[in-house]
Amino acid sequence: MTRILIRGALRAGDGVRTDLAVEDGVVTATGALAASPGDRVIDADGLIALRGFVDLHTHLREPGGEGAETVLTGSRAAAAGGYTTVHAMPNTDPVADTAGVVEQVAALGRAAGYVDVRPIGAVSKGREGRELAELVTMARSRARVTIFSDDGSCVADPLLMRRALEYARIVGGVIAQHAEEPRLTRGAQLHEGAVSAELGLAGWPAVAEEAIIARDVLLAEAAGARLHVCHVSTAGSVELIRWAKARGVRVTAEVTPHHLLLTDEAARGYDPRFKVNPPLRAAEDVAALRAGLADGTLDVVATDHAPHPAEAKRSEWQAAANGMVGLETAASVVQAAMVETGLLGWAEVERVMASAPAVIGSLPDRGPLVDGARADLVLLDPAASRVLSTADLAGRSTNSPYLGRTLPGRVVAVLHEGRPTVLDGVLRDAAEVAGGTA
Amino acid sequence: MSEHLLSTRGLGRDAAVALLDIAEDMADTQQRQVKKLPTLRGTTVVNLFFEDSTRTRISFEAAAKRLSADVITFSAKGSSVSKGESLQDTAQTLQAMGADGIVIRHQASGAAEVLASSGWTRAGIVNAGDGTHEHPTQALLDAFTIRKRLHGAASRGRDLDGVAVVIVGDVLHSRVARSNVWLLTALGAAVRLVGPPTLLPGAVGGWPVTAGIDLDEAIDAGPDVVMMLRVQRERMTEAFFPSAREYAALYGLSSARAARLPERSLVMHPGPMNRGLEIAGEVADSPRSTVLEQVENGIAVRMAVLYDVLAGRRGAA
Repeated sequence: MTRILIRGALRAGDGVRTDLAVEDGVVTATGALAASPGDRVIDADGLIALRGFVDLHTHLREPGGEGAETVLTGSRAAAAGGYTTVHAMPNTDPVADTAGVVEQVAALGRAAGYVDVRPIGAVSKGREGRELAELVTMARSRARVTIFSDDGSCVADPLLMRRALEYARIVGGVIAQHAEEPRLTRGAQLHEGAVSAELGLAGWPAVAEEAIIARDVLLAEAAGARLHVCHVSTAGSVELIRWAKARGVRVTAEVTPHHLLLTDEAARGYDPRFKVNPPLRAAEDVAALRAGLADGTLDVVATDHAPHPAEAKRSEWQAAANGMVGLETAASVVQAAMVETGLLGWAEVERVMASAPAVIGSLPDRGPLVDGARADLVLLDPAASRVLSTADLAGRSTNSPYLGRTLPGRVVAVLHEGRPTVLDGVLRDAAEVAGGTA
Repeated sequence: MSEHLLSTRGLGRDAAVALLDIAEDMADTQQRQVKKLPTLRGTTVVNLFFEDSTRTRISFEAAAKRLSADVITFSAKGSSVSKGESLQDTAQTLQAMGADGIVIRHQASGAAEVLASSGWTRAGIVNAGDGTHEHPTQALLDAFTIRKRLHGAASRGRDLDGVAVVIVGDVLHSRVARSNVWLLTALGAAVRLVGPPTLLPGAVGGWPVTAGIDLDEAIDAGPDVVMMLRVQRERMTEAFFPSAREYAALYGLSSARAARLPERSLVMHPGPMNRGLEIAGEVADSPRSTVLEQVENGIAVRMAVLYDVLAGRRGAA
């Protein structure tokens, strides 16, 4: 494999300007390096080098939803956004609740080659919230599942949630909860507040999320088990998690890029691109989520990348599907919401988008970009700016809330295990990536 | 001239008064022996009703016909999704058939606005009720009725400055209440919303109204208008209130409550009424009740709206 020499990147982790040599999937040298004949040189002057992003919350839709996304197209969207690992949610058809399905998804990911695809297993059989799925069998399968979630649905039954938390301890797994009390959100369309009241859309009250988080942190504490809270969206949830962490509960939490940037005001006009679950919240919630991410209460940014075919979003609000694509834009949105507001530096961006999610996903080999490190890395140009268009979206679906909006930053290059998936800002062909030719 | 009528939110005082004045002109023509005007001859108006509402549909139908428009009624009852035909397909079909105006009633909030902004049709859109969002022609006919009772033949040019209106009942699910809040306050009225806490949106604090849970207190304040909202009995199964009896006791306009109102106070109801639940039968039939005037005025108001949206569009005479 050709050696890749990255020249003059600002390494986010320690703020040091360095060259990076990459060979055979590994960072082989750093510091001031001389080019050798045959090196593929990437000029990284003005660029920031970060560890490849790790997404804890991706909907790849395969099997069953190939009209919206496949493992391949979703992997392409991920690479375009600077990701080198994604965790695929199990709400597919069939549900990823057996070793067979999770192994299939992982194998499709390996074949595509753009990113590591790490399947998340369902907590309950069929995601029906009644009986536990075979968590240990999935964990010990070739897919090596470490995270379990019924995402899209809440594990609402407190008994099942308790048992899942306890049982996942056998494999050191974590239960990732979609916190939504279903009886409080029946028919809900938008954050319950001023905008939903005016638009006549059934409200999704903050308490429906907070009540589940309050219950679950106590269950996790009692079980001595690990809990991860998906897509935290309210100020009250941030407070509860802060309280739980102070008590020593083993809880981690994620926030999506869209909940860091957009508010329920975007629903005026009833454009279903802004329909998502949990819904876009009020400005006070956005401020609390940003503060929570900045102080570490919220551990990671996770995309909740949720592709949908055009017709699922081309309708009246009530009939439209929930969800937004987010992989391609996550870094830009985090830059706009957190970096340009002075709340996070690039070292912390690396923490919330790469290192902390790798820890939650039990991926010990995703270390700092030093000699000998696995060469999963992204080069960002923070000075760039773009008006987002469908040409910037690399997945199969285009349900992005940011189309037509100016976003800062740009992904210039991405290496996945040393193999370029993005070069000069251009996603590489599937055949080149899958073929493994650098 | 307006492109569409989607809501009363954002309709300013002057525009509202102008619409009500056109409705006065239309009402005058309805006193003639020949009620039909040639105004919209050659124009096709489609009544697109995804939800049953015989009253609203025939009111719009009568209004369009009296303006000489061709009227097509398209009843697509049930959800568009369960029917397997999307709002987009329906709208594009109507566009292809040459609809100049679409009067839409839909169970989804925002359906009229989506239709107007979608590019699926070039027709002028009139919102005839969208989910729990708005029902702007109902609010206009309510305002028209109040103005007519207060000022009679001298109504033209007048607003509702200082008129005290109490709206009672299921505000949470009421498109009539929302449209009236924006329109009546734009016209200068002081609006108070009254209902059980379960049926008042928590966020009414941001609306230009006052809100409360005590109907008796609101009655004793001597309002000029008491507007009763229809209560759906299904709400009981969703724990919004325990029984019809308790609801009627707390929030029904009984004869005893009506008797405490000043002589001048009007009692309104958008229909259809649940007699004995939100309003006592004898109150509904009393001289202070405007229920039938509201129905009658609805035609003149809808004529005014169709004229405002459609006259001047391609196809109009």
